[in-house]
Amino acid sequence: MSQISPVFKREFLGYFRSPVAYVFLIVFLMASVGLAFFIGGFFKANLASLDSFFVFHPWLFLFLIPAAGMRLWSEEKRTGTIELLFTLPITTLEAVLGKFFAAWAFLTVAILLSFPMVVTVGYLGNPDWGVIASSYLGSILMAGSYLGVCSLTSALTKNQVISFVLSVLACLVLLFLGWSVFNGALHAVLPVWAVDLLANFSFATHFNAFTKGIIYPKDVAFFLSLTGFTLFLNVVALER
Amino acid sequence: MIEVKGLVKHYGSKRAVDGVSFTVNRGDILGFLGPNGAGKSTTMKMITGFLRPDAGTALVDGHDVTDDPVAVKSRVGYLPESAPAYGEMTVEEFLGFIAEIRGFKSSDARHEQVERALGLTQLAPVRTQTIETLSKGYKQRVGFAQALLHNPPVLILDEPTDGLDPNQKNEVRTLIKKLASEKAVVLSTHILEEVEAICTRVIIISQGKVVVDETPAQFRARQPGARLDEIFRSLTTSDT
Repeated sequence: MSQISPVFKREFLGYFRSPVAYVFLIVFLMASVGLAFFIGGFFKANLASLDSFFVFHPWLFLFLIPAAGMRLWSEEKRTGTIELLFTLPITTLEAVLGKFFAAWAFLTVAILLSFPMVVTVGYLGNPDWGVIASSYLGSILMAGSYLGVCSLTSALTKNQVISFVLSVLACLVLLFLGWSVFNGALHAVLPVWAVDLLANFSFATHFNAFTKGIIYPKDVAFFLSLTGFTLFLNVVALER
Repeated sequence: MIEVKGLVKHYGSKRAVDGVSFTVNRGDILGFLGPNGAGKSTTMKMITGFLRPDAGTALVDGHDVTDDPVAVKSRVGYLPESAPAYGEMTVEEFLGFIAEIRGFKSSDARHEQVERALGLTQLAPVRTQTIETLSKGYKQRVGFAQALLHNPPVLILDEPTDGLDPNQKNEVRTLIKKLASEKAVVLSTHILEEVEAICTRVIIISQGKVVVDETPAQFRARQPGARLDEIFRSLTTSDT
């Protein structure tokens, strides 16, 4: 497992060696804060809370995390560096984990760079710090799960466009299963227990409690096990 | 040093490599010849552990590549065809990454290996340039430097002189000769003169099978007076 660290370092610094990191960070912050202000009514609500900021995260991640994750393996396949990487003394698992943690750390940086929002509500009012902390935790865990899905689809193709589209589709399904509007439509055709069961496989369902300041072990377990499962499939896909 | 035993690889229904066996000893420079698509690169990819053989195996320094790929990979220096490298990194950064993953964890040891490889391949003038800005000849040398970095007992070079100008070709050949005394070297090439110039043994592979395994002198003696490419053509086209 000691080989994770060189892969992690190369990959993480790799984001900042190209314009990818800066473009992504700017777009992510503008979109997430912009949505909170203009759609979420961050100021109009007149509340010292970041609810209107976090509520958009599952939707924002749907497009932005596939954009960050699509290159993970597709790029290595397209440029042939995958042949270099897998003839170095390293196991597939170490390579998968090194790359995944690097991308996850990068996304964590992006999420945490929204801290001026926190400073703002802290300055203007008296927010519930516990809710803000748990929301950040939930958002970072959810980002890991989105990224796991994207890393897997990226390992299936050397074409980044296909990788992006597949990632968005897979994440869309996982998001929609818990979306109230979609569930309302499902109730017309499926019994309640079946809809609830399906909703349990959704990002949105498990993210909700975090934004209310509640950290359920089952929600943490959901995100971690989804991430673990997709990374396992990722290893299988690369070794086949 | 290298023992290849009955390697087989299918691509779909095509038998790309069909029971290739040979051994390479320390001090040997094995020239691996064959028409395009004969299975040269595929065989090399199986010896280096990048591709899993469908049958057969390869032993490097006594380690079986199907049982213990990491042990094999740490003993092999491999230059893949067209020398893939992470283009956004500088030459120094890239070699530093390779050194770290090759087990040179302290920065002193890493520095020493990188300097040695830079010196051997005469890359010092471009050490701070990003790899994507280099000419083809320099890129090829970066790939070569990466393969030599850990002073491996086995070198596997897929078309090491491809794309180089005549002077650079000569430099690379001189370097291979110099290094070969304490190593086992396998190199693939299309240039028959190269085989005569540096190789101590020739293997010709056609349609996935070994058709010739002898010294360059024996190879030339097959048709005294004929040009090498004529002998090559008669050997590789007779069975199509």
